[in-house]
Amino acid sequence: MKVRPKVGVVSCSGECCGLGTLSRVATRLVLEDLRYDQTATICLPLFLAGETQEHGFAKEHPTIAVDGCGKLCAMKAITKYSNKPAAGVDVEAVLKEWGVEPPKNRRVLGTQDLETARRLAKLLADKVDEIQEAA
Amino acid sequence: MSKPILILPCSGIGKPFGSIARDATFRVCDELRPGKTDTLCLSLLVMGDEEARNRVSSSRCIVVDGCPLACSRNNVERSASNIAAEFKVMDLLRENRGLKPREVTFLDEDGEKLSKLLADRIAAKVDELMEEPE
Repeated sequence: MKVRPKVGVVSCSGECCGLGTLSRVATRLVLEDLRYDQTATICLPLFLAGETQEHGFAKEHPTIAVDGCGKLCAMKAITKYSNKPAAGVDVEAVLKEWGVEPPKNRRVLGTQDLETARRLAKLLADKVDEIQEAA
Repeated sequence: MSKPILILPCSGIGKPFGSIARDATFRVCDELRPGKTDTLCLSLLVMGDEEARNRVSSSRCIVVDGCPLACSRNNVERSASNIAAEFKVMDLLRENRGLKPREVTFLDEDGEKLSKLLADRIAAKVDELMEEPE
């Protein structure tokens, strides 16, 4: 039987705007609902402040970097300190492709934003499956 | 007018405490003390973004940490900034033992209560700092 590796999903959780909140909520929806027993995460600030144990995260798990904007902090941080992520999602770019407006409120997501978060979570869950299939 | 005070939460994602730190920060920046406060992406700062580093090193900063690992404090300290105040969600939990937040993605009732309490404290600290010379 093929052993499916747990996939790391790491969100930037950027505080500058609602895109960071979307990256965070979509990530959490994957972790606690869509692929709850197939995924793991680490706080990006802990990863950044951490040492060998934290930096081993992307070496232990094929990882998806979930970034709110084109600055790609999660992707760059994981690549710099651990391993090149198996996949990356730039939420801002995805929203442009979908023709969806970013959230106006960064604390509380509105109905449309929640729908976007669920759609993003589905995209992430599909990437988890692809990574596991390829492993 | 004084420069806005920067509030930097850890935004930890594994437990409710990071969500409370993040939520309280947005309450202060967007609702309680808009204009007097601002925030920026902690990860962007740590990744060495020049604009973020300049803003942090030239501002008074309040760090807000969810858990004892104090990632916000540790990461902001690396940028050699002046940390004017520090808040820890765990301290608030110890003072409010009846509140037991459980949800991470969307705060539950107890998480919301703690976020409001924390936001009020941060806002009071902002007022205090605004009275002092920069």
